[in-house]
Amino acid sequence: MSALTDLTLAGARDGLKAKTFSAAELTEAHVEAVEAARSLNAYITETPELARKQAAESDARIAKGAARPLEGIPLAIKDLFCTDGVKTTAASKILGNFVPPYESTVTAQLRAAGAVSVGKTNLDEFAMGSSNATSAFGAVVNPWKRRGDNRPLVPGGSSGGSAAAVAARTALGATGTDTGGSIRQPAAFCGIVGMKPTYGRCSRWGIVAFASSLDQAGPFARTVRDASILMTHMAGFDPKDSTSVDMPVPDFEAALTGDVRGLRIGIPKEYRIDGMPAEIETLWEQGIAWLKDAGAVPVPISLPHTKYALPCYYIVAPAEASSNLARYDGIRYGLRVPGEAVDDLYQNTRAAGFGTEVRRRVMIGTYVLSAGYYDAYYLKAQKVRTLISRDFEEAYKTVDAILTPTAPSAAFALGEKSDDPITMYLNDVFTVSVNLAGLPGLSLPAGLSADGLPLGLQVIGRPFDEETVFRVAGVLESQAKFTAKPDGAA
Amino acid sequence: MSATAESKNLIEGKTGPWEVVIGLEVHAQVLSKSKLFSGASTVFGAEPNTHVSLVDAAMPGMLPVINGFCVEQAVRTGLGLRAQINLRSVFDRKNYFYPDLPQGYQISQYTQPVVGKGELIIDLPGGESRTVGITRLHLEQDAGKSIHDLDPRLTFVDLNRSGTALMEIVSEPDMRSAEEAAAYVKKLRSILRYLGTCDGNMDEGSMRADVNVSVRKPGSPFGTRCEIKNVNSIRFVQQAVDYEARRQIDVLEEGGTIQQQTRLFDAGRGETRAMRTKEEAHDYRYFPDPDLLPLELDPEWVARIKASLPELPDEKKARFMTEYGLGAYDAGVLVAEQASADYFEAVAKGRDGKIAANWVMGELFAALNKAGVGIEKSPVSADALGGMLDLLKDGTISGRIAKDVFAAMVETGKPAKTIVEEKGLKQITDTGAIEAAADRVIAANSKQVEQYKGGNANLIGWFVGQVMKATGGKANPAAVNEILRKKLSG
Repeated sequence: MSALTDLTLAGARDGLKAKTFSAAELTEAHVEAVEAARSLNAYITETPELARKQAAESDARIAKGAARPLEGIPLAIKDLFCTDGVKTTAASKILGNFVPPYESTVTAQLRAAGAVSVGKTNLDEFAMGSSNATSAFGAVVNPWKRRGDNRPLVPGGSSGGSAAAVAARTALGATGTDTGGSIRQPAAFCGIVGMKPTYGRCSRWGIVAFASSLDQAGPFARTVRDASILMTHMAGFDPKDSTSVDMPVPDFEAALTGDVRGLRIGIPKEYRIDGMPAEIETLWEQGIAWLKDAGAVPVPISLPHTKYALPCYYIVAPAEASSNLARYDGIRYGLRVPGEAVDDLYQNTRAAGFGTEVRRRVMIGTYVLSAGYYDAYYLKAQKVRTLISRDFEEAYKTVDAILTPTAPSAAFALGEKSDDPITMYLNDVFTVSVNLAGLPGLSLPAGLSADGLPLGLQVIGRPFDEETVFRVAGVLESQAKFTAKPDGAA
Repeated sequence: MSATAESKNLIEGKTGPWEVVIGLEVHAQVLSKSKLFSGASTVFGAEPNTHVSLVDAAMPGMLPVINGFCVEQAVRTGLGLRAQINLRSVFDRKNYFYPDLPQGYQISQYTQPVVGKGELIIDLPGGESRTVGITRLHLEQDAGKSIHDLDPRLTFVDLNRSGTALMEIVSEPDMRSAEEAAAYVKKLRSILRYLGTCDGNMDEGSMRADVNVSVRKPGSPFGTRCEIKNVNSIRFVQQAVDYEARRQIDVLEEGGTIQQQTRLFDAGRGETRAMRTKEEAHDYRYFPDPDLLPLELDPEWVARIKASLPELPDEKKARFMTEYGLGAYDAGVLVAEQASADYFEAVAKGRDGKIAANWVMGELFAALNKAGVGIEKSPVSADALGGMLDLLKDGTISGRIAKDVFAAMVETGKPAKTIVEEKGLKQITDTGAIEAAADRVIAANSKQVEQYKGGNANLIGWFVGQVMKATGGKANPAAVNEILRKKLSG
């Protein structure tokens, strides 16, 4: 069965079409892999029965010649997407037993395309974190280990469960959400591909909100092609989300022409930060060289406000989160811890229901929006955000895409950075600007660190130009020939 | 702003006259089938929690989508208040915790409302008018309802009203008496009803007023104000202002100071009581709602709404004055409700406007008042009243008989003509019959005849009365008069 779980999504699609194997067989192989990889704690809720039922439907459709684009493809769903009749927790105690009576637009689209869901994946609580250590359901373990070191490593976050699930071959792809790097950083840490599309490409309807102006759904997969296939079916205008954009969704797979000749690739000098490991610098140089070999033109650029991106992000995101999380009050659904008066009920419920990191961000957000601080923090951050966007607009006058490392380090050990939130926040240093500017960004595995851990490169595109991002990433992928697999893979 | 006080509005205190300064914030529920940001119904009086969408209940991942019709209603109202329409406005979140506020924030408009400065002309008793400035109008969501009296310990929450669209209409502090405040609410309600943008039913809560009251010595700067929340009838507005002004004057005259406060009006006791002081005021942490884009209006769309506005009370009043020769007071009373204005016009068309106005405002309003019904349910239609006025005009019936005929019309619903025929109330214009009656009266009252001839010309009225009595009121009074004069001077 391991042969089936090792297929790419595109390969599985072809195999199902050719009836080399059935959807039931493909799903069963992944259901078994999910069980076998339980030590990773990648899933909060496994849905084997649902998966089998969906696979049976897929086989019936395939038999009738009525297969849909993702017919019978087993996927994992980040537990931030509301799923009709299936527990949705946001990895928080406050939603610990919440079963939505509705399905998020993105997962409904995947289902309508024939995808099979093997389970809901673990994440940082309310997607707040970069190591998946803040989950109320326990940390996720990265299937990768350092060479000669058995200590468990973090998968990155917040979509750590989805990244680990795909890296460990328990699903052919997964959904994630990315607010400051939550798809790209775990993709880099787990040696897979992760794409955050342009803000507005995917509907946010039915996704538990963290920071509304930054949140975007996107796919994880093991190849650029697989990610492009998933992206095609996740994207689309949704009248239920006022911030989703009414634009046609191209067939992103068709963008993988392998031809980047003449494309101008921006290399931002501000991304060479102090203390960045040499091997990441080297990998970046290697990426530039690969693109040059393929006929692209590297162009040094400047994104002068980069250094303000992280502080700006850590004002905007908590501000929105403090308001978005106000609805978890113990009144209508989720956890309720009673109290004498209603204020006691709020305090008891939210103190018991939210973990440390969520509480920290709610407090930061409340602070920066408070009377007397609003102008100095929130308003200033909005202005900085505009400047960061303008940096990219300027750059895109001369380049077609931008190449950077995804994260300043490879995966680290559980507990290695968790004592200092600021060090943890630095993980997002290369990814947050993309969210603040609303741009598409993709991370792909491009090499290994000295101790055998995957390292990612990030391709950033113009707004709504995911096609160029996929095209550039496709070329990098074929040059990088990243074939390493984690030992922890099923 | 009218800084000069009219002496009749001043309130006498121990230390001399005081001026009361009033500004109003009226919350008017937008007349719309569905809520401001969800498709749920807005019908009043439904079973609790039956008109609640997933958005209204603030389920995880739910997003607001603006209801275009509610925006149209707000713009229509703005145009009706001769106000500036802001082609770009922004929705903000007003954050606070309350069990009937599911999101933990109210979506409102803070610094950039959809409607800016306008004006409202208030009609005062005696036919005077005054202009009150409108500061702004903005759209916002209503909260649900907390019900505290169903259980000694528990509070129940009904979310039917949650998310319903409100227009908050803010006036300048331009009013100087309780009567003016009442006239403002009355006129505003009238305009909203003409426009069809709010039903104005204060007893159902579709219109409520927050009343800001301060007092000062004439010519001094504004005093510290207190805000009386949620006053739900015009009479209560008047009572609340009277009570609050007197309270503030008493405090000041005792050497105290007014604390800026939110107060409530206790209708049972006719007094206002402190709810919270400025120090206890919420910090609402307003910020632009990231789930909603700025609201941008097409000037042509606004122009189309403007072109479709009905004739509003002020214009109608002016027209009634010129077209029908009515006085300002009568015209003002008739146009206050569109239905009375329409009724009046139907009666007045092709007839004497003043007579029509007298009958509508006199006999008809009295009859409606007595029956406790609105003019929409008048037992006498405008056509029927018109028909009666025609009989009056062509001399078929006398003015006195007309009152009896009208009373019978109210009672039976029959047309005037039928009643006149059935009851034989047709006016006697046959001079022979009148002469006979006059002769009888003259013959039987020789003493009065002598007095009349002796110079007491006033006695003619008495003779007319006697003849009218003798003819059962059916004689034409003018003819009676003429015949008597002739006979008595003969």
